Amino acid sequence: MNGVHDMGGMQHYGPVNPEIDEPRFHAPWERRALALTVAMGATGQWNIDQSRSARETLPAAKYLSSSYYRIWIEGMSKLLLERGLVTPEEMKDGVMREPPSGNVRVLEAGRAAAALLRGTPTERKSDSAARFKAGDAVRARNINPPSHTRLPRYCRGKPGTIVIVHGVHVLPDKNATGSGEHPEWLYSVRFDAKDLWGADTTAASVNVDCWESYLEAR
Amino acid sequence: MSNQHSEHEHNEQDHGERHHGTNDRAHDQGHDHDGHDHDHGSELPEMDLRVRALESLLVEKGYVDPKALDIIIQTYESKVGPRNGARVVAKAWADPAFRDWLLRDATAAIASLGYTGRQGEHMVALENTERVHNMVVCTLCSCYPWAVLGLPPVWYKSAPYRSRAVIDPRGVLDEFGVKVAEDKELRVWDSTAEIRYLVLPQRPAGTEGWSADRLEQLVTRDSMIGTGLPLSPADAKP
Repeated sequence: MNGVHDMGGMQHYGPVNPEIDEPRFHAPWERRALALTVAMGATGQWNIDQSRSARETLPAAKYLSSSYYRIWIEGMSKLLLERGLVTPEEMKDGVMREPPSGNVRVLEAGRAAAALLRGTPTERKSDSAARFKAGDAVRARNINPPSHTRLPRYCRGKPGTIVIVHGVHVLPDKNATGSGEHPEWLYSVRFDAKDLWGADTTAASVNVDCWESYLEAR
Repeated sequence: MSNQHSEHEHNEQDHGERHHGTNDRAHDQGHDHDGHDHDHGSELPEMDLRVRALESLLVEKGYVDPKALDIIIQTYESKVGPRNGARVVAKAWADPAFRDWLLRDATAAIASLGYTGRQGEHMVALENTERVHNMVVCTLCSCYPWAVLGLPPVWYKSAPYRSRAVIDPRGVLDEFGVKVAEDKELRVWDSTAEIRYLVLPQRPAGTEGWSADRLEQLVTRDSMIGTGLPLSPADAKP
């Protein structure tokens, strides 16, 4: 989706202001937002690509004017409503009116620490051979899907070179639609910064992780 | 690492309520970095109430276990942070065999120190050299190697960083007060998949013979993102 979240190369958002000795949270609700996001993410009601898709399809002005933890809460609220886990009335005041939905896999305290240490690996076993190897000349396809993708606009249609072959990973474009994982070979592709931005850049290269279907040989 | 100590102190106090949106520059005025600023943005009372209501609803419905929420918060507030990454880097500086392993299979090398899991499932280490400086961003969202660096700072998730890191990294580095030699190749890594990148900064000069424990004091969080450099021996606390 050509959304507001795809920010690479935009200008005039102002300077980066690093905060000295930044606290981990800037308000108590941010702690809760983190914990709720992680705990609900473990319930099996949605996957990480659906979470990202929910966040990046927020109204553009809301996305830009919200803190990142607020974006998380807005995205999760949307998913809770879409899945019928919470009704709009319940979302308004936090008062339960409908019984819980049946098949939620609750992240219980007893297995929370282990779940965090395990994470959610996205690499999958595959018998397919990788189409590309390090050093191969490729081009990012010029695709503009209206749904979730992880191919940033700034590299579409641009020539690059494979620098790392990462293995076979879940394809976000499909996983975000709930149509299965469709794992594909994943590569780091080096784009010469001049090919992306002409002379107006101070980078030498930008390296982007691209699934095989994002790429064509050149 | 001194900055981790002070982060922890701030966490204990947690008075730093302020709006910090993806475009939060106007709100930074008056932030005095001591954890006692009260620059309340307009979203705070609203978000506080809203998240409380949401949490109480999700607990009542039985979707979340409140004790699991506490474990998640404790984990990322006081257990997992950039000290993990600093240990990895210091060990790589002190132990050439570990460095080679880290560059060859970062996931396994890092896991050998006990750092695994969420947002660190698939790790790659990027070595800075005399010739190359690496810098990491996630232009599309906020992907960051939690297992070694903890939760990302606000600036990493902000529009100014996400937008400009890929086109003008030297301009961004200026804003961090960091100068990278003009003749160094500046490689930016956009974390668009589930691969998480850790920069292995150059070992500071004048540290010959230092132990890994001592070297660890020189490793800053930002040096492992590529927006900073390690401390010099003169900067380290005695």
